[in-house]
Amino acid sequence: MIDIRAVAKTYRSRQGDVVEALAEISLDVRDKEFVSLVGPSGCGKSTLLKLVAGLVPPSRGEIVIDGRAVREPFPDVGFVFQSAVLLPWRTVLDNVLFSIEMLGRPREPYRTQALALIELAGLAGFEGKYPWELSGGMQQRVALCRALVHDPSLLLMDEPFGALDAMTREEMGLELLRVWEERPKTILFVTHSIPEAILLADRVVVMSPRPGRIARVLEVALERPRGVEMEFDPRFQRYSEEVRSLIYTRGPRAVHASPR
Amino acid sequence: MALPAAVFVGLVVLWELSYRVFNIPKFVVPAPLGIIAETWEWRWRLASHAGVTLYETLAGFALSIVVGTPLAILIVYSGFLRRALYPLLVVTQAVPKVAIAPVLLLLLGAGEVSKVVVAFLVAFFPVVVDTATGLAATPPELLDLSRSYRASALKTFAKVRFPMALPFFFSGLKVAVTLAVIGAVVGEFVGSDKGLGYVIVSATSYWKSNLAFGAMGLLALMAVALFGLVELAERLICPWYAFAQQGGNAPTE
Repeated sequence: MIDIRAVAKTYRSRQGDVVEALAEISLDVRDKEFVSLVGPSGCGKSTLLKLVAGLVPPSRGEIVIDGRAVREPFPDVGFVFQSAVLLPWRTVLDNVLFSIEMLGRPREPYRTQALALIELAGLAGFEGKYPWELSGGMQQRVALCRALVHDPSLLLMDEPFGALDAMTREEMGLELLRVWEERPKTILFVTHSIPEAILLADRVVVMSPRPGRIARVLEVALERPRGVEMEFDPRFQRYSEEVRSLIYTRGPRAVHASPR
Repeated sequence: MALPAAVFVGLVVLWELSYRVFNIPKFVVPAPLGIIAETWEWRWRLASHAGVTLYETLAGFALSIVVGTPLAILIVYSGFLRRALYPLLVVTQAVPKVAIAPVLLLLLGAGEVSKVVVAFLVAFFPVVVDTATGLAATPPELLDLSRSYRASALKTFAKVRFPMALPFFFSGLKVAVTLAVIGAVVGEFVGSDKGLGYVIVSATSYWKSNLAFGAMGLLALMAVALFGLVELAERLICPWYAFAQQGGNAPTE
């Protein structure tokens, strides 16, 4: 579905230096596939998401989605960020329907869909609540509903659970899998957490920094549906060690950045 | 509200008592009861002067919103205008308003217009700065989201950026409205035959300190009331902000 062809991204910093954010990346993502992008800060994971969304143009190469080159933003995409960024003056339902309004579509036909999603995300009864009445995890569920309400085929998630505590985080990951199994989408999921990346994804793309590049792509051959207990599976451990070794043994900083 | 009111009443009583005990001459510091009596005696004339000052203040304040808000929008949306206008705005603020007032009177005459302009000049800066800060503080994620939905800049402004900036806008207005009172009075000090500022200047030159203090009290009341009205408007227009400030019952993560 997504075909990232030799895409590179360079920025010009304020001082006029050329900063290489991404150095030639190629990646094929299948339809309805769940792909995690994991790597240290500065490896260009978030840049890659923006490139795929058409929010920034690549410096070289191209991204082709369903046979069409991405040249500008397109609405068939849902975004979830690290912070929920809900609109505080809108109720949960109105925050979910925000996507519809911004897309310039009529709200009414999407109401049922929005309410169904809210229920699917475990927020039934909270439709009329305001963001400040919700916990961080609940706010992030609303953000997920907002990203899904127009039924996009692609979901881009930029460290969506990064601001949550460890327990909420685990719970949210499993919730996401449940939602995804009910409404399959192609997902690009950026995270800092190695176990999260493995537990959720079909494939884990391990990236290395400065400039960002793909260190390796791991196929996660764990059966679904998955649960937390899988983290004790020896295969899970092997994946985890492999990703760790890829992240921590690269570059001169590796000695200091030892995992234990 | 009860505690500051009690402290205020206590201080006034203490003031009245020390005035009687130490026998302070009336033209140096008048006593509360005398001020109240003389203010009451002059109530109709004071009310009409207060009306003039209120009008000048509100007109200057309104002008500061009408001019300041679009200016803030221009500054945020255009890098060119920001570079071109912002330094100039800062320069206008660097000139003491008290120094501009006589010049303005020369330009615009001794009527109410010159006071309105002084009030406006003092008040518009916080409106511009706070509104611009609020508009610039839109979370970048929301802007990315709007862009990815291909929403127009106008729609993004109306549905995201402006409402997001409202709390900043109102905090600018709260500063502006109190400054507008000061501006109007400064204008009246420099030259006028109407308004509470004029009452203070002429009363003190005739040693009528009771009246001067009464006018000062009225000015304070006016400023506090206007501030309260802006705060009320804020609570009516963006109630979510007050609630979000209290934190509701949402745990912070």
